[in-house]
Amino acid sequence: MIKKILKNEAFQSLFASLLCIILGVAIGYVVLLFINPTGAGEAIMEVLKNFMHYSKANLQLKNFGGTLVKTAPLIMCSLSILFAFKVGLFNIGAAGQYCVGICVSLYCALALGMGWVPCMLLAAVAGALYGAIVGLLKSYCNVNEVISGIMLNWIALYSTNMILTNVKEGTSPYTFHLSTDGPQAILPTMGLENLFAGNEKVTIALPLSILTAVLVLVVLEKTKFGFELKATGFNKNAAKYCGMAEKRNIIVTLMISGAIASLGASFLYLTDFEQWSCTSSAVPAMGFNGIAAAFLGGLNPIGTIFSSYFIQHITNGGAFVDKTMYCSQISDLISAIIIYLCGFVFFIKYMMNYVIDKNEERQALKAKAEAEAEAKTQEGGDK
Amino acid sequence: MENQYAIEMLHITKKFPGIIANDDITIQLKKGEIHALLGENGAGKSTLMSVLFGLYQAEEGIIKKDGKEVQIKNPNDANALGIGMVHQHFKLVECFTVLDNIIMGVEPNKFGFLQKKEARAKVLELSEKYGLHIDPDAYIEDITVGMQQRTEILKMLYRENEVLIFDEPTAVLTPQEIEELMQIMKNLAAEGKSILFISHKLNEIKAVADRCSVLRKGKYIGTVDTKDATIEELSAMMVGHNVNLHVQKEESVPREVVLDIENMTVASKMHKNNAVKGVSLKVHRGEVVCIAGIDGNGQTEFVYGLTGLEPLVDGKITLCGEDITKAPIRKRLLSGMSHIPEDRHKHGLVLDYPLDYNCVLQRYFEPEFTDKFGFLRKKNIRDYADKLIEQYDVRSGQGAITIARSMSGGNQQKAIVAREIDKNPELLIAVQPTRGLDVGAIEYIHKQIIAQRDAGKGVLLVSLELEEVMDVSDRILVMYEGEIVGELNPKTTTEDELGLYMAGAKRDEVKA
Repeated sequence: MIKKILKNEAFQSLFASLLCIILGVAIGYVVLLFINPTGAGEAIMEVLKNFMHYSKANLQLKNFGGTLVKTAPLIMCSLSILFAFKVGLFNIGAAGQYCVGICVSLYCALALGMGWVPCMLLAAVAGALYGAIVGLLKSYCNVNEVISGIMLNWIALYSTNMILTNVKEGTSPYTFHLSTDGPQAILPTMGLENLFAGNEKVTIALPLSILTAVLVLVVLEKTKFGFELKATGFNKNAAKYCGMAEKRNIIVTLMISGAIASLGASFLYLTDFEQWSCTSSAVPAMGFNGIAAAFLGGLNPIGTIFSSYFIQHITNGGAFVDKTMYCSQISDLISAIIIYLCGFVFFIKYMMNYVIDKNEERQALKAKAEAEAEAKTQEGGDK
Repeated sequence: MENQYAIEMLHITKKFPGIIANDDITIQLKKGEIHALLGENGAGKSTLMSVLFGLYQAEEGIIKKDGKEVQIKNPNDANALGIGMVHQHFKLVECFTVLDNIIMGVEPNKFGFLQKKEARAKVLELSEKYGLHIDPDAYIEDITVGMQQRTEILKMLYRENEVLIFDEPTAVLTPQEIEELMQIMKNLAAEGKSILFISHKLNEIKAVADRCSVLRKGKYIGTVDTKDATIEELSAMMVGHNVNLHVQKEESVPREVVLDIENMTVASKMHKNNAVKGVSLKVHRGEVVCIAGIDGNGQTEFVYGLTGLEPLVDGKITLCGEDITKAPIRKRLLSGMSHIPEDRHKHGLVLDYPLDYNCVLQRYFEPEFTDKFGFLRKKNIRDYADKLIEQYDVRSGQGAITIARSMSGGNQQKAIVAREIDKNPELLIAVQPTRGLDVGAIEYIHKQIIAQRDAGKGVLLVSLELEEVMDVSDRILVMYEGEIVGELNPKTTTEDELGLYMAGAKRDEVKA
């Protein structure tokens, strides 16, 4: 019975993910111990507690909402990575596609005064087109998607900086507030703020991202389209032999992947939760964290919902670490360590299976030896 | 008394989920002998050899080398003991050259710098000595299966192994090459090397092996001296009942043309010349046309061009009266073309998909398997796969949900054949359909091909095996250096004459 559970694929994924988290937290703790032993325990608890830092229920709820606001785009980024990965592509360009999403949604909202629906849709289209560049290069010029993806990330970043300079405040590098300059583009909350003590940043982005996860799952597992895409991912040659348009499939996959990442960006920036800094010199980490979230979620679309939440939870929690004992980068460091360990899910699964198999082998041998010994004693008795 | 056995495998048992691959098997290999291991697909031959080579660990049983018990935990242990193996599916690095592959792991070096010159000299010497022709600087991905195998054999010879395992080495060789290989094997044995020769080609075993051990469904059946056993006896031991070694068929009744190829020219990926040069041929309904030839004479490219995997440089293809020269692959498949591909792992299967998905690989979009909203009808797919499994006797650990990768090579091939024939094609293109299969499965597939012919389909068979060419076909076209050099009637020609055409020593002007 227990053996059956241990061998169950879903259980293994869950167990491996949890183990990764525990390992990550433990190593983070050790690092804190080295830096300043007196505050380590407290600091790691703060990271894990996140919004529980506050004692008032009201504030807790409000901050929980804050974590969820940033969970939605992370879910989208990890879905973007996951979708491409299932088709055998490593879309590291998700970060750049996310950036394009920021650019288009903010520009449409602030400069063109569009409503939230066209802002979102245009962001998705732009992300898809940006993904298509990677796809075209991959299928027709055989350029590795990782290389072109990374290059395009930087192009996306600086183009975004350039374009959004048109809609930034005069003295600061930040773009205008949506609440003052583009309220029509703010995503509706549909009453969700009531669940989070009036936190109006919690919008339909969250249910939409969960819906996307379900959609991705259904498309990959249940449809003809998913059948074709996965076949292309597993064996490009066989896909071609069967008459599937394997080149088109690669392009379409990267377009969908890009659209998902880009939509994720609009899910965050159309809430007015953050403004874009037009002097940014690094691609937003969201797209890269999506890689960790996808793997921590066991490459299952539903799993990514939980893994994305967890990663966002500790990232936010890092902000509560006592800055008098640790420098301000410590929060990023600790969450980075935990996220890094999250990538070990598949290694741990492999080790689990190895140990289970070894155990079984040993037990089988033991049982056989016992049976033989018994047979021998009986033989002796007969004589 | 000195121990006479080089390798002893005693009471080996190896289990996989749902299957006992080896059940208490004992094999003893004498020094300097060629010992054949005979058995059907899934009989456990490859598993047993993988245990010997350290790829798998047996649950029970011991292995002795020169009378001493040894532990072989991985291929490195096996190499250290002087055991070398040519695998059925080659283990070569595709983007390395032949020479690099041969010396890989034992690179001669001075202070860490490669000394390829020495290695090249040694490889060329070995190649010369045993007649294993290779181009040491060609990349593996560019050379034919036959050349890849020669590389594998050289790899073993280069390492000066004492115990050589050949896992179905002749499956991809031409008749002449097989004869050469047989001679090489005999020479090696005469030099004191011990050879384990896995095969289910009874003629070869009879020709070259001293003794033969037979496995059936994971069990050990017995060991015989090959000179005392007849081919019929051996095959009866292998399959458990008597088999008919020759294809029974009626006279063919060719009807209208189903496939008409005019002046087909296909570029080569290996060199600047065309691989297929202006080939014209016709296939009629109700006949089996066989393209014979030595591996690497343009057959692969010819099939790629015909099936749409590669574009044509020139020429015209008409299938059932419809011009499909520029048609995409899906269109060709839907117009009644079935294709049993040469390389079942590269083209034939998605190895990480379960068997049922592989059964509908070309039909998943049909209304039977996909509803009008684009959702797969998984139950129908499963039922269809179960039907094929039942009808074509495809064996696997867990039935329709078995991942294709975990199936034995023969059953993978059976699944492909089942899929392609069940499509009810107008034209069946079968490229080496029995490569690496046992007598039982070969008999079965040949029967299926003949049945297709008798049902009024056109069959185009591409084969490297003379026996198959002579037995199955109604008309033989010989391909040499990308051209059709002869048309022969299997009833009036001889294997020797066919060999002369295949070697390019004889040619006619053939009109399609």
